[in-house]
Amino acid sequence: MLAFILKRLAQSVLVMLVVALISFTMFRYVGDPVASLVSQEASIADQEQLRERLGLNDPIVEQFFRFVGNALQGQFGISYRLQQPVSELILSRLPATIELAFASATIALTLGIILGVFTALKPQSPVSGGVMAFSLVGVSLPTFLIGIALIYIFAVELQWLPSFGRGDVVDLGWWNTGLLSESGLRSIILPAITLSLFQMTLIMRLVRAEMLEVLRADYIKFARARGLTDRAVNFGHALKNTLVPVITITGLQLGSVIAFAIITETVFQWPGVGSLFINSVAVVDVPVMAAYLMFIALVFVVINLIVDILYYLVDPRLRVGGARGGH
Amino acid sequence: MSASAPPGRRPMGLFSRIIDSDIFYSFRTSPVAVVAASIALILILAAVFAPWIAPYNPFDPRTLNLMDGYTAPMETSFAGNYFLLGADHQGRDVFSTILYGSRVSLLVGLSATLFAMTLGVSLGLIAGYRGGFTDAIIMRICDIQLTFPAILIALLIFGVARGLIPPSQQESTALYVLILAIGLSNWAQFARTVRGATMVERQKDYVAAARIMGVHPLFILVRHILPNVTGPVLVIATIGLALAIIEEATLSFLGVGVPPTQPSLGTLIRIGQQFLFSGEWWILFFPALTLVLLALSVNLLGDWLRDALNPRLRK
Amino acid sequence: MRKTFTAIAATLLASSVLVSAAQAETLRWARTSDALTLDPHSQNQGVTHTFNHHIYETLLDRDLEGNLRERLATDWYVKEGDDTVWVFELREGVTFHGGEEFTAEDVVFSIERAKSENSNMRQLHADVESVTAVDDYTVEFQMAGPSPLYPNNVTNTFIMDMGWSEENDLQSVQDFGAGEENFAVRNTNGTGPYVLTERDPDVRSVLTAYQDWWGEASDVTEIVYTPIADNATRVAALLSGEVDLVQDVPVQDIDRLSGTDGVKVETGPENRTIYFGYRMDDEPLTSSDVTDENPFANPLVREAMELAIDREAIRQVVMRGQSIPTCVNMPPFVNGWTEELDACPAVDLDAARALMEEAGYGDGFTVTLDTPNDRYVNDEAISQAVVGMLGQIGIDVTLASRPVAQHSPLILNNQTDFYLLGWGVPTFDSAYIFNDLVHTKTDDYGTYNIGLYSNPEVDEMIQSLGTMTDLEARDQVIADIWEQVQEDRVFLTVHVQELAYAMRDDMTLAVHPENQPSMVDVTYE
Repeated sequence: MLAFILKRLAQSVLVMLVVALISFTMFRYVGDPVASLVSQEASIADQEQLRERLGLNDPIVEQFFRFVGNALQGQFGISYRLQQPVSELILSRLPATIELAFASATIALTLGIILGVFTALKPQSPVSGGVMAFSLVGVSLPTFLIGIALIYIFAVELQWLPSFGRGDVVDLGWWNTGLLSESGLRSIILPAITLSLFQMTLIMRLVRAEMLEVLRADYIKFARARGLTDRAVNFGHALKNTLVPVITITGLQLGSVIAFAIITETVFQWPGVGSLFINSVAVVDVPVMAAYLMFIALVFVVINLIVDILYYLVDPRLRVGGARGGH
Repeated sequence: MSASAPPGRRPMGLFSRIIDSDIFYSFRTSPVAVVAASIALILILAAVFAPWIAPYNPFDPRTLNLMDGYTAPMETSFAGNYFLLGADHQGRDVFSTILYGSRVSLLVGLSATLFAMTLGVSLGLIAGYRGGFTDAIIMRICDIQLTFPAILIALLIFGVARGLIPPSQQESTALYVLILAIGLSNWAQFARTVRGATMVERQKDYVAAARIMGVHPLFILVRHILPNVTGPVLVIATIGLALAIIEEATLSFLGVGVPPTQPSLGTLIRIGQQFLFSGEWWILFFPALTLVLLALSVNLLGDWLRDALNPRLRK
Repeated sequence: MRKTFTAIAATLLASSVLVSAAQAETLRWARTSDALTLDPHSQNQGVTHTFNHHIYETLLDRDLEGNLRERLATDWYVKEGDDTVWVFELREGVTFHGGEEFTAEDVVFSIERAKSENSNMRQLHADVESVTAVDDYTVEFQMAGPSPLYPNNVTNTFIMDMGWSEENDLQSVQDFGAGEENFAVRNTNGTGPYVLTERDPDVRSVLTAYQDWWGEASDVTEIVYTPIADNATRVAALLSGEVDLVQDVPVQDIDRLSGTDGVKVETGPENRTIYFGYRMDDEPLTSSDVTDENPFANPLVREAMELAIDREAIRQVVMRGQSIPTCVNMPPFVNGWTEELDACPAVDLDAARALMEEAGYGDGFTVTLDTPNDRYVNDEAISQAVVGMLGQIGIDVTLASRPVAQHSPLILNNQTDFYLLGWGVPTFDSAYIFNDLVHTKTDDYGTYNIGLYSNPEVDEMIQSLGTMTDLEARDQVIADIWEQVQEDRVFLTVHVQELAYAMRDDMTLAVHPENQPSMVDVTYE
């Protein structure tokens, strides 16, 4: 067990290093920060001087090691755009994104499992057909369009909910939350729904597919034959066995939700790390972009690690494979 | 062509084999599948034959008249042109732009998904079957890939391509870069799922038996394991195709993608989105509707195909 | 019970009457992006300046017509007997938000800071050799030579308090390379009408009226500033009553907003032209099928292009009426502008095709047009329309549309054959245009001369403008340069773009030509 975790940890560190390398080198090509930093009338000499000061003229390897060295100490430098320490910026935006991600993951998971189980148990019901079709419409629309449509309907026409921002935020010192004020709760509804639609459909379809599969398995037939109630069979056996792949996908998706929030945050002007990233891309604010990618990578690596460990615990057969891999 | 084909029962036999097959039976008896297939087929044919169907060629700037801009659906502009679904902000016929735009979207979506699927399935099979070091390497690459959301990877690949390709060539290569970017950002889901299924399958007795009998691994993979992962792969490919089309739209929303003079459905939606409040709903509505219909019918079709191909679901 | 109620109502009524005398209002102001920094000299960027103008003040600023206006300086003139010295007389009785008195030493400190190495404002003060305080309320600027138009350069250079700045180590401006944050990025101490009370970059900033401000108190006592990047979301916020003022209104939404109850839209021209430029040197273009010569180097081709562009159609359709078509690369606010220069030839496709034929390009040629898609009003759509128009005369244009962050490097590195650019003129004088766009590209001049236009005679005239003190003779030189620029068709100018501010209909705020409105100017009905 310990060996397994240690091995995975080592792999994770390697992943982080590679991500650092990739994100760092890629940014060299995305655009020239100097062009957006200097003023309209800056001379070429001025631009060259700024490039020199930013260390952009140093050998790329040197720049990379400087980057990794600083990153290890939590130092991502100063944002070119906002001129504040990047780590501080990201930390101050994190609560907004995490609250949004969890709100939407909760919606997606709850509705996804309920609807998935329902459509699997009653595949012939017209309601199931309707749910399936509607869920597909949800996936077939780009997120930004859903967001704008929701804003148009609920904020502009009906004026029920706010169209942007996070509402009143309560500062708890180490965390700021929008979930404790009425305006904050009202503000999170539209973005959370927008963000959850896609994941919800994915989870629902997955639960349905797995459930249908499991329900045809012999042990379920035996269970029924033994006279167990539908309830016990459906939820005690079928749903339980369905949940293994659902855990995997949902776990993996949680990271995606945080990353996918980029678009939702942009549309709803949600003050999270995603909108910070998009604003930074526009002006090639490399320190923020690199730090954001490292952050997303960290989230994914941690989630992957947890999912792997869960898998290891849930499915004993995999332990054989895990041990074998160590040889 | 027909002369060279020997007149015999073979083609007939193939045809009747299809007609008699379980799959076709299940297709015929599923109204949803028939409707979805028809819609998908119509959209695909319309896209393929766009140059012959479309009343205008919106990709040829010479035929455009800016003063036709914002003509409402089924109205004649004062320049004397008739527009079934209206004209956009550049005086382009929306109906024709949708036909041509679907072409671009389908090309990008299909190529990218095919690319992602081939790459993902191969790597997934290898990782799951070989296990050990190979598995670790592939899965770590997979992790790195999954570390970034698809849209971010596509953005980055696009950015790198922009850096490597000289500015004067960028527009002519944009389509290929887009396919590459979207394809490369979606293979990991395939690999992960296939790898998981392969790992479980590999433990089963029949695979172990085949291995002991000395059957070539490639044969085991293709013959025994691949059929077992077809279901999940098709589900992912289904969502993947719609996803690729939507990803292209989102990239356009963020300002990268095909040139606006040769728009895809996504580019059209991005442009139309600007006119949501100003009353020119047709610039947004019709391309969005086409995109939803396309993605929806493909999704439904894949959904049905998944059930039909699953041997355990056959009655 | 009833009595108390009436009493309370009466009190409330009385107090509300009192309040309405000096209408205390909170103004919720939304625009596309946030100020990049609060450091007054770190960024020379419009959005940042607009925000900082509420906290800090400059010696001079501009009224709605673009004329110079007194602010912290009450008078300014060239020193008698020495035309290389500018004298500024300062306003008395002004205090900083921290209570410090405003004096000449603060001006000396601030100008020196603005001239320092990391400042983004230093270019504007490059000709200043030294600044000295003659007494507490008089400052002298020693210039390198006669600089008759220098006061135009001080309108965005903010004055900081010397004592406060030295206390907080603010002698120099943010150095990105050092990796340290400058105190002034998040902390302010200005003389302006508002005090910063809350700041969350990109999210929300709150400003409250400064009680001891020297000017007349504004109706707006509190400003809540919210950047909203997405067009649709921003417009929606105004329509749903969540904000009172939207500064960057998409042209297509003006009609809808004007037609909505409780909302009105103010429009006006910005001091900025939108133009196309092309490489005019003899090297073949990199994106063209003509590989042995440069078609744009041929004056006939440039003339044909001029005749093929239908600016009126662009105004009507792409800009929805929100532009002023022009054929000179200079907004009407600028010194040197005349109606004759501004006039456009009638669109004549036949004549244009004949010119193409005569130039030897009867079958046309291909070229790539580089355009930004998030910088100017409908920039991409303008370029797209021009692609269609040039298609009519056989020029087959491929459109390359990019965010400005990727467009700018192409421009600065001369990696474009044909491009769209906008040019604002903060000094309101033609020399500013000539220096950067017309003069041959050198280290000091022609930074944005992407067309590589080069005419030694013109260069000489441009350089002479900097030190000419006889303004009449100077204007004549400006006219001569423009004549040559127009004859050579250095630019394919499209229009002056108009700006739109949308707001609650019980308030009024006029459009500022530099898009730098002050909330002090807001009035309520």
